Amino acid sequence: MIEILQYEFMQRAFIAGIMVAVTCPLIGIFIVLKRLSMIGDTLSHASLAGIAAGMLWGFYPFWGALAFSVTGAIAIEKLRKTFSKYEEISNSIILSTGIGLAVVMIGLAKGFNTDLMGYLFGSIAAVNSQDIYIMSALSLVIILSVIVLYKKLFYIAFDEEGAQISGISVDFLNIYLTILTALTVVVSMRIVGVFMVSSMLVIPVAAAIQAGTGFIKTMILSVVFALISVVLGLILSYYLDIAPGGTIVLLSVLILLIVIFTKGIKKEK
Amino acid sequence: MDDIVLRGEEISFSYDGCKVLKDCSFIVKHGDFAAVVGSNGAGKSTLLKICLGLLKPDSGKVWLFGKVLDKFEAWEKIGYVPQRILTLNIGFPATVEEVVSAPLYAKKQNKKLSKQERESLIYKSLEQVGMESYRKRLIGRLSAGQQQRIFIAKALVSGPKLLFLDEPTTGIDNETEEDFYNLLNKLNKEDGITIVMVTHDYTDIKSMVSRVIQLNEGGIIDNIRKTEGGDKK
Repeated sequence: MIEILQYEFMQRAFIAGIMVAVTCPLIGIFIVLKRLSMIGDTLSHASLAGIAAGMLWGFYPFWGALAFSVTGAIAIEKLRKTFSKYEEISNSIILSTGIGLAVVMIGLAKGFNTDLMGYLFGSIAAVNSQDIYIMSALSLVIILSVIVLYKKLFYIAFDEEGAQISGISVDFLNIYLTILTALTVVVSMRIVGVFMVSSMLVIPVAAAIQAGTGFIKTMILSVVFALISVVLGLILSYYLDIAPGGTIVLLSVLILLIVIFTKGIKKEK
Repeated sequence: MDDIVLRGEEISFSYDGCKVLKDCSFIVKHGDFAAVVGSNGAGKSTLLKICLGLLKPDSGKVWLFGKVLDKFEAWEKIGYVPQRILTLNIGFPATVEEVVSAPLYAKKQNKKLSKQERESLIYKSLEQVGMESYRKRLIGRLSAGQQQRIFIAKALVSGPKLLFLDEPTTGIDNETEEDFYNLLNKLNKEDGITIVMVTHDYTDIKSMVSRVIQLNEGGIIDNIRKTEGGDKK
């Protein structure tokens, strides 16, 4: 462990990984409880279009990902009002638009390159100092927002009508949560990759929910599960030379299975 | 005039071009136990949602405590108990205490409450519904009747003067239903909370109800206050 921390790129990977492990479950718990688990997938595809735009026109792909995922987040909320009876349609529309734009722009940029693969599947070596600064700023916004708003977000997730009657600005907070989800996607894409961001938003939360405890404890437990997956995943991916995104996600699935198995044994007793 | 806590005037509402409510007018006075009754699809829940500002009527107005709904701000005076069966995801990871405390974080004035004051309000509202020993239990692991009591405690925590309930006994067995109605009667008679309850069948609570708002095909055909000396408006 000490040995791998001697390398600067590994230090950056761990710092980035810890930010992913904290922010993903903090936002994931609300989107899971609101039954919006697909939104992570949708916004990560929107961010892929932003990454492709950055590569095509030569600007920093992070900015592209940020702009496209936040625009996607706002568009999802607007479309949800248009298709109020089929709300999931809004996710499909933005996901399709994102992947369509990404494919066209990747084509115009003359295909794949190593950097793009890093964004798609996650990469330890690719995290640079500029990424860390932006990820830190976004993580700070996400964590502070959750600290300030978690009681209201909890109420909306539990009983949206009740929250509205109590005087909470439900429409505003729903849009804000979707924007926070977009920021979380951007924070996570460097380490776990665009294709697996959604898993980090959902799986640690799913495992924590299985543990059957109150809201705050579930939130803390989901962060602990995500931290275990990310730290172990980065170590394994370094020593085994495998993609960090896939390793982290598989470890979080393993934790979920262990929790379900342990719960099953306890029930039988 | 001052004791009118809820007034609806010529409310009309249509859904996808289909008229659900037509020129509905009614009043509820302080201390009433009002039952909103009518057949399925008569627009009872729609009327309740309009009164709470969750739906906007095509025409007509609602007043709460003498203020027109758009300008009404004292939402802590209002409690709302939804249909449990439609609302609760039984796997939701929350303790009874977390659920009941939620409305206390909704309004700015409640931010001034100390931790002890919050805990005392939570305890008091749980005590009102006889569930004070269930604070740390998970909401999803309670029986249907207990869950509905917790929903009432949540509605009571901010000290409401007017409590709306939307078919609160859906999915609850007969025995629990009776206990539940007795609880509502106690809140109305002893704690002085005005109650407006949507129900499809009010035969079981006839003796408790002081006002009946009868909806028939979208229009109110009766808004009668029952008194010992005979019915009056």
